Amino acid sequence: MTTNVQAQARPAQKITTLPPVLILIAGWLIPGAGHFLLKKWIRGTLIFVSIVAMFSIGLALKGKVYGPNTAELLDMLNFAGDLGAGLLYVIARAFDLGQAAVQIAIADYGTKFIVVAGLLNVISAVDAHSLATGRKAS
Amino acid sequence: MTISHFGAVLLFSLFMSVVFGITQRSEPKMMIRFGAFCFVLFVGGTIAASWLMWLIKH
Repeated sequence: MTTNVQAQARPAQKITTLPPVLILIAGWLIPGAGHFLLKKWIRGTLIFVSIVAMFSIGLALKGKVYGPNTAELLDMLNFAGDLGAGLLYVIARAFDLGQAAVQIAIADYGTKFIVVAGLLNVISAVDAHSLATGRKAS
Repeated sequence: MTISHFGAVLLFSLFMSVVFGITQRSEPKMMIRFGAFCFVLFVGGTIAASWLMWLIKH
């Protein structure tokens, strides 16, 4: 029994020679890119499609894209969530996509889609980082 | 673009479940199982909460 516990506690082997921080940043900037660098093609594709689709649907529903200059605490949290989408957020801001204020009820769903897409992207990037460091098995 | 409330729930649950399944489990089989579990919980939880709100109102 002791042997089994020791076997479970042993960290998994690294699967890449790339620096884990690079994997983390790539995964944050482009959804699924961290998994692509680890040659996890199917996972990377599913993550990319899910997050880009979620972000795009949020914009199509006229959701709000939060900016950094605000005094509201909830707005700041939403901004942090939006920022998790990496380059998608930069593109949305650069091309002035999204609404400055939510005007119709369904647009509130869009706002949540955009924020959650960013949060999911952060989870995905951390997952890729864990794979790169060997903390996650496979 | 317009979307029904239930359509939004389904899309939201689908994308969340895909990412949760991939990131929270290590084996592909378990990823699919956990993703399906999350999807059912998201949609089922929303429907249950909707009925609860309906009951409170009536």
